[in-house]
Amino acid sequence: MSSITLTIDNKKVTAPEGQSILWAALDNDIYIPNLCAIRERTDPAASCRLCFVEVEGKPMPVTACTEPITEGMVVNTKGTESQSLARTALELLLASHPVDCGHCAANNSCELQKAAKHLGVKLNTKRYRKLLKELPIDDSSPIFIYDPNKCVLCGKCVWKCHELGIGAIGFAYRGFDRMVTSFAGQPIGQSNCNQCMECVSICPVGALVAKENT
Amino acid sequence: MTDFPPEITKEEMGKVSLFLSNINSTFSKERSNLIPILQEAQNRIGYLPHEAMLGIAEFLDIPDIDVYSVVTFYNQFRLNPPGKHSIRVCMGTACHVGGGTVIMDAWKRRLGIDKRQTTPDREFDLDTVACVGCCAMAPVTVIDEEVQGKISPTRVDGILLGYQIERKKESQSS
Ligand code: FES
Ligand code: FES
Repeated sequence: MSSITLTIDNKKVTAPEGQSILWAALDNDIYIPNLCAIRERTDPAASCRLCFVEVEGKPMPVTACTEPITEGMVVNTKGTESQSLARTALELLLASHPVDCGHCAANNSCELQKAAKHLGVKLNTKRYRKLLKELPIDDSSPIFIYDPNKCVLCGKCVWKCHELGIGAIGFAYRGFDRMVTSFAGQPIGQSNCNQCMECVSICPVGALVAKENT
Repeated sequence: MTDFPPEITKEEMGKVSLFLSNINSTFSKERSNLIPILQEAQNRIGYLPHEAMLGIAEFLDIPDIDVYSVVTFYNQFRLNPPGKHSIRVCMGTACHVGGGTVIMDAWKRRLGIDKRQTTPDREFDLDTVACVGCCAMAPVTVIDEEVQGKISPTRVDGILLGYQIERKKESQSS
């Protein structure tokens, strides 16, 4: 595969052809906030809307995870417009997120915290009215805990579970009720989950955590 | 959220089996057939019991949860059997302003079920509608075909009491 040279935040970088801006940036130590991107995934979900960047010559900000790199492309990850879009998306997520980092197993490894810090957004954002989901925590699995209240609906666990041919969890309902669950909302421990823990390791926040870490 | 539809009846189970045994002749095993299959199943059975969803997932060779995802996403699909009486609480603009959510809460509390569910005795199912065209009577609840206007939580109690008395009479005469 041939490589492509482009500029991200005034830095000249090279990356393999076919890659998206997001991975080209991350591989070159330039952070772009992201929650839903999976490197191996060929059809990015592009659902978190945190990875907006500006590309010279494009009239509007684009999501870095879906935009393929091109030769000579000039990317700005700090544009006012793209950052304001990303901030809004993040604040909406935080508005329904129980911010209790001190008691959360994902504290300091949480992608929400990282994105908030980068974008200059307070975790206890006041811009939107707080609206929590207040769903029961699922501790039916012998080795992990699923807290749907902390879930940001990035879909990584769902993708992974399907990719592995298990398909124990998926999305259900829609709108504010949308959640990751197993068939008929039964506890995950009673589903066809085989406790591989792949969903736990891919979860960018503290929604899926190993029991031994709590 | 866990779904606890009332237990499937023998008759419904028969319909499920019949549907699943004939599914082959009407549909090919393509994933894109999922929605048409679900629609057909609901037409035949009246709703989508777990047994039907599991059978359909097996037929299409896809995870159960994928069927559940689609069923819970679209309003046209029901996870619960229709009750003997349908309660439709109007959530249109006028009824919303006139306290539609208070009325909805009253129904939920009295019936002990959530929106889009059916009482265990299958007497009532509860759902919302978006404006039934008589906003002047807001807040409105449609019971079976009949529009009831200016509903209040006490009216909800009254209406349910009416049904209780009716049922008592029926059981005495039979
Ligand atoms: S990482 Fe691009 S939209 Fe989520
Ligand atoms: S809004 Fe309820 S009848 Fe119009």
